[in-house]
Amino acid sequence: MAGVKRSLAVDLGGIVLTTPVMIAAGCAGTGKELTGLVELRKVGAIVSRTITLDPERGSPTPRIAESASGVVWSTGLQNPGIDAFVGEELPRLARSGSHVVVSIAGGTLEEYVRLTGALQGRPEVSAIEVHLSGPDLELQRPMLGAHVDRAAEVAGAVARMSMVPVFAKLPLHASDLPEIAGAVVRAGATGLTIGGSPPALDVQPERLRPGLGGVTGWLSGPALLPMTLRAVFDVSRTVPETPVIAVGGIRTGEDAVAAFLAGAWAVQVGTATLIDPAAPVSIAQGIVRYLKAKGLATPADVRSRLRVPASFGAASDAEEDRR
Amino acid sequence: MTRLRAEILSTRKLGAYHSLTLVAPEIAEEARPGQFLAIKMPEGREFSLRRHFAVHQASRRGGWAGTLEFVVDPLGPGTEWLMSVKAHEFLEVIGPLGTAFAYPKRHTNCLLVAEGHGASSLYFLAQELLARHKRVDMVVGAETLDRVFKPIEGKRLSQTISIVTGDGTLGERGSVMDVLPEMAEATGTEVLYAAAPSPTLARIAGFCKERAIPAQVAVEERMGCGLGLCQTCVVPVARKDGSGYDHLRSCVDGPVFNPARVLWDRWLSEEPTMLPTPPEGLPVVRSWPG
Repeated sequence: MAGVKRSLAVDLGGIVLTTPVMIAAGCAGTGKELTGLVELRKVGAIVSRTITLDPERGSPTPRIAESASGVVWSTGLQNPGIDAFVGEELPRLARSGSHVVVSIAGGTLEEYVRLTGALQGRPEVSAIEVHLSGPDLELQRPMLGAHVDRAAEVAGAVARMSMVPVFAKLPLHASDLPEIAGAVVRAGATGLTIGGSPPALDVQPERLRPGLGGVTGWLSGPALLPMTLRAVFDVSRTVPETPVIAVGGIRTGEDAVAAFLAGAWAVQVGTATLIDPAAPVSIAQGIVRYLKAKGLATPADVRSRLRVPASFGAASDAEEDRR
Repeated sequence: MTRLRAEILSTRKLGAYHSLTLVAPEIAEEARPGQFLAIKMPEGREFSLRRHFAVHQASRRGGWAGTLEFVVDPLGPGTEWLMSVKAHEFLEVIGPLGTAFAYPKRHTNCLLVAEGHGASSLYFLAQELLARHKRVDMVVGAETLDRVFKPIEGKRLSQTISIVTGDGTLGERGSVMDVLPEMAEATGTEVLYAAAPSPTLARIAGFCKERAIPAQVAVEERMGCGLGLCQTCVVPVARKDGSGYDHLRSCVDGPVFNPARVLWDRWLSEEPTMLPTPPEGLPVVRSWPG
């Protein structure tokens, strides 16, 4: 189709990415490692490893085990703490020429507030991603983001303090995910990242032992894609005006397009970057090829365009009514 | 560090191992002993993480100039796939990665201690040390005969060599630790290099500490990416100022470490076991998904 001006640019509620493909938290190193392996200018944004208030040494080793089409891992959020991060790693990440989204995690509301405070006024920060899959130390719950009010309280507090867009990263496996998403958006979050890795366990029968030093871990990799698509689909129907970033199992341009069709505005690439550091760029090229073949101009042209029977939404509404 | 598609020049079986030689001039030019390669796995399989191998040989001159050799120990689906690839097929390789062994400036008597697959990087080191007019002696160990890596090559590269196998099928019966003190004594060891599984490295570290022999060891910890991104292959290493320790990535901060600074007990005591869930449920602890 002649005359179509093709562009991959996407506006995620105030942060404009040149491509809708980002590197997921914990997969972009510390700003040194990817140089020479991928042109970071061509990556929509880099999400930093998740940063906590104090330095975190992380889990015992081994920290990774392969599973069918996936990896089971647990790094225990190893990171140098917010002060060292802001001093050393953040400027280095920003020199890549890509947007830097800083991922933050706390065990209490106060920790999230202090983390956001430490990032205030830092010109290198394009956005904040709020990691909500960790334990809630204040309320003694295993997963902070699994509770509607608590997720909204924390995401809202960060959003009120932040001068840059705030994305709440919700656990993929939370029940009531659309309800949590709606509450988090009402509390002020700019957008949502869907979602945090589900829990997993690797077992080595021969040795009668778990594969990871920290025993339990989390699942990543292509095995997750259908779960990600379902969660993005459900969430984006609840908050259709809110930017949703899909993460989990995206490996090819086709996978990214599938996420757009399900309702995503952008995607993050994690495990695929570990295997092929140039994956975020080749995924963007794959998206362009798809758009070209379909005669479309931008990823927004396919967003939420999954063709489902008209009766699909109606049936669930009817069910809703019966309750 | 370069990423390229490399043609396989040849493959050969070496006892229990398999060696692959690649045409990769950019990597061969840069690679030093101790460094490693990250090999991409084929598309469409259920295993996908890169596999990592120490550089066994990087030829810069002569008829083999521009070639690179590494050695595969078949341990799982990825390594088994690598045993099946043929000459003239291509592999996608990133390398050289990680830190290299440093060569001694003042000292001359070097003892190289290898167990199993570890010998592949130490033979490369032996060549480089010989080219710098150092004396090289070796201790090479393995469980059994076909896991002793290239014993004839070992003899050729060293002034003296002591070969030990767990079952006595080649050389003396025992482990490298059984012959190490005697070899160090007999050869007047001034510097020690080792590549072996971590429990053996821990014992070698203890020996070097006791005898005050400066040493460098190449560790083996399970890696995700090998590129410094995923932070899974960490080793606890004491800080220089004595203020504690850090989890350093064995792919970018290692694999070669000073064994005196590795906290071996901490590292190796972390062997996981399955614990039953208590009836009152699991306590909420700081265990981050991240």
